[in-house]
Amino acid sequence: MLFQPAIIALLLAAGLAVVMLAGVAPFAIQVIRHWDINSGSERQLALERRTYLFSTLLTFVLVAQLAALLLFVFNADRLSVMFVGAMCAVGTLNVNGWGFPSLITQMAVFFLAAMWLAINHVDTLARDYPLVRIKYALLLLLLPVLASSFWLELQYFLGLKANVITSCCGSMFSEEAKTIAAEASGLEPEPALWLFYAGMVAAIATPLWHWRLGSRISGFLTALTSGAGFVAAITGVLSFISLYIYEHPHHHCPFCILKPEYDYQGYWLYIPLFIATAAGLGAGAMQPFARSPSLASIVPRVSSRLAGLAVGGYILFTALATWFVLSSNLILIEH
Amino acid sequence: MNPWLEKQRHLIDFTLASLGRRKTKNIGLLLAYTLLVFVLASLTLFTHALRSEASFVLAGSPEVILQRMVAGRHDLIPPNYIEKIGRIRGVQKKEGRLWGYYYDTVLNANYTFMARSADEVADGYIMVGNALARERGLAAHNTISFRSYSGKLFTFEVSAVLSPDSELLSADLVLLSENDFRRFFEYPAGHFTDIALSVANPQEVRNIAAKLSSALPDSRPILREEVLRTYQSVFDWREGIVLTVLAGAILAFAILAWEKASGLSAEEKREIGILKAIGWETGDVIRMKTWEGLLISLSAFLLGFIAAYVHVFHFDAAVFEPVLKGWSVLYPRFTLVPTVDGLQIATLFFFTVFPYTAAVLVPIWRAAITDPDAVMRA
Repeated sequence: MLFQPAIIALLLAAGLAVVMLAGVAPFAIQVIRHWDINSGSERQLALERRTYLFSTLLTFVLVAQLAALLLFVFNADRLSVMFVGAMCAVGTLNVNGWGFPSLITQMAVFFLAAMWLAINHVDTLARDYPLVRIKYALLLLLLPVLASSFWLELQYFLGLKANVITSCCGSMFSEEAKTIAAEASGLEPEPALWLFYAGMVAAIATPLWHWRLGSRISGFLTALTSGAGFVAAITGVLSFISLYIYEHPHHHCPFCILKPEYDYQGYWLYIPLFIATAAGLGAGAMQPFARSPSLASIVPRVSSRLAGLAVGGYILFTALATWFVLSSNLILIEH
Repeated sequence: MNPWLEKQRHLIDFTLASLGRRKTKNIGLLLAYTLLVFVLASLTLFTHALRSEASFVLAGSPEVILQRMVAGRHDLIPPNYIEKIGRIRGVQKKEGRLWGYYYDTVLNANYTFMARSADEVADGYIMVGNALARERGLAAHNTISFRSYSGKLFTFEVSAVLSPDSELLSADLVLLSENDFRRFFEYPAGHFTDIALSVANPQEVRNIAAKLSSALPDSRPILREEVLRTYQSVFDWREGIVLTVLAGAILAFAILAWEKASGLSAEEKREIGILKAIGWETGDVIRMKTWEGLLISLSAFLLGFIAAYVHVFHFDAAVFEPVLKGWSVLYPRFTLVPTVDGLQIATLFFFTVFPYTAAVLVPIWRAAITDPDAVMRA
């Protein structure tokens, strides 16, 4: 299966990202050891110049990672015709044990990268680069995550054997199975509806508050509610939004909504959701450094802008989800 | 306007002007880039079109074909075999088919002979596929003789040439009546070549296949979805192989991009030096250079893709046809239905823009850290 063009592209992107980040690693160690903003030595000058290269490089790697995440899911959905028993991306991801771990790691890489970029952004705005050491230490932590994501992806694609009979989304996201996904799918529509809207209200209100005030606590809370909002949103999709989109009372799959039969509605939901969550997490990630003197005015400004993005994303997501529910012909809850 | 947008607008403005100042260098790069996109896009568009052609063609074929096996080889369906299947829930229709291959020494090609019911083709008449008619110079009401495998000569009158629209399926097809078919091949009475079953519900196909193989252990059911899947992976595989072969080209292009981006002319260096002297920061120069890369990438992508579209759908992909289409003496002529697919575009983007950007990152940075005084003193 390795000769699938999209698979080659994905492996190329992931491999190149790991190589680039690994190339940065020795420099990161150098920065952590020798960085001294007050020094005018040649080494310090070289270090300062190099930071430009590496933040550009990382922005590139992380944007590519986002695109690769979309392509990964899109490709998994498309490959489902190749496997007996697969009807959407779930079947393809289930062909071997590496599929879902690979997807989850890629999502994790995406969110971690977003937080790193947020920290990087505030750091470059400050005159004395107060976070350089922290930034590169975090980068060294990001490297193993990225490398394992590449490794999982490689294992997954190497193990894609066309003769495997896989299980489809119907069995994985059903009320009977014993997994977290099944627990979420099995929620009654009414409590799920409450949980979903409570989560969304929190995920919109907190960043809104942070957007107005820019205080530190509200910043942390923004990250917290964004994370919780993400979980609530996915639970909502599993437990009732997908049902309304399929107009079928028992089909809980969060991947079939990405299919052309359903007008790619899933992308409309997931893209704002991912952007909003990333923005919320980014706003929270920079809060620990708000006390630093040179960042005192920068962090609130940037994080409140990110909070604004999170508010917009969550409002869009909630509005779209509500619209899909209202325009559906399915009746789950009788009045 | 938003100050950020304003800034980007001015940067783009400046970049365009600066690209215009070094026309020959940039046009050379743009051409190489466009050519790369063109080759890769032709490849993906063409394979995708072939894939969708295959699925259109198979859409009309029976869901299940049942063949009888003897000692692991395909054998004739004996009399009463169809009755033995009995009634299977979900099967709408089952019929025995009669077909076979005939080797014509005139063209050195194989024809497919297929029997049709008497109301479609009368005894003594045949209908022929377009490619066959073209090669043998046949038209309606001509007569043609075939020497059968037993050595006897049979003469048929062509009642019609099949429509060229169906050429992909009917290139080498000869339709004749059942009586003629049995006489021509001396086919044993009551026997058939295989059995075609139509199944209404696609989800039932597998169950029906399972029932068939348990009812008739000496048979082999062939499912349409499996044929389709095989076609899909064959075309994917061919595309992947060609892509891998072309990987060298992608790499060469990345090296070219690196060279072009790192080989800054003295004039460019001076330009950057002056920009920095008048207050541009390293970040601004990187941003400007990024815009430069983006503008070149996007125009090359667009140009290359449009050229590939024209190449594949208006000139029948002359460059890739031999590798991807396969060959045969009686090869059908067919026009591809234009289809563009999101996944293909995304993949293509990864294959072209991604290596380019990765290759120019370091040279861009090198250019951006240029010291103004070093440049001006030089």
